[in-house]
Amino acid sequence: MEAARDPREAASRSPAALSAELSDARLVALCRGGDEEAWGALVERFSRYVYAIAVQAFRLPQQDAEDVFQEVFARVFERLDTLREDEAVRPWIAQLTRRLCIDRLRSGSREVVADTEELPDGPDEDVLARLEEAFDVHDALAALPEHCREILDRFFARDESYRAIGDALELPAGTIASRISRCLDRLRQAFDGRNEPGSASSEQVT
Amino acid sequence: MSGYDIERLSRLIGMLPPAPAAWTRAARELPRARRELDGIVERAEADAEFRRALIADLESALRAEGVEPTTWPLLDELRRRVSE
Repeated sequence: MEAARDPREAASRSPAALSAELSDARLVALCRGGDEEAWGALVERFSRYVYAIAVQAFRLPQQDAEDVFQEVFARVFERLDTLREDEAVRPWIAQLTRRLCIDRLRSGSREVVADTEELPDGPDEDVLARLEEAFDVHDALAALPEHCREILDRFFARDESYRAIGDALELPAGTIASRISRCLDRLRQAFDGRNEPGSASSEQVT
Repeated sequence: MSGYDIERLSRLIGMLPPAPAAWTRAARELPRARRELDGIVERAEADAEFRRALIADLESALRAEGVEPTTWPLLDELRRRVSE
């Protein structure tokens, strides 16, 4: 497997910036080489995904979801060397998260409902499928200019109000709706471009 | 026309809210925590008094080492390793 060739490659960039710039395979290679900035970027890239699988698809309570979340990243950190194909890190993390969520549900059901003979609920497969789409959309979002990334993430993912966004980004409240609309259109174009046959999925949109 | 209109895209963006900041911070700090854990275990193996202090009151012993146990991600593993 590819090793990190230049340990300085990831230096001095934010986890979000690195996560947006590097492919899954490159991130994994840098992490395996001991690059802690790259590890931060890998956590940045997959933290929402792991969290969403636990709380949306498996409906774990927060405390259980936190335990699963920390265990997933601890195992990824410890076992990165066992990953056969670096570009397969996303399905590997998804599988690991699902397995740990199932373990958590089973151990909880043994303690709480031992006398009911009921099995714990499995994952919501529709939600799991939509989370895969959501991950691809966030990948496309990461390739947009920062002002678009920021405003779309704040409004739709962080559920911030126009006022909070205006205060944070120093924008007049009256311009926020139009900027969101323009950025969504840009995202749609970028996402269409990624999904066209023969397109480079990591292409930057300026 | 795309199968992904802007309403669908906005719903999909909303499906991945950030994980709680403290969770991601703990995950990002795993490399440093791992180094700290290895150092503490190594010292516990060489220093019986330090090992006894860890077993008696792990949290206080960690604080004395400058490690805040409530946000440290490898507490359970350290507890297991010093008691082996």
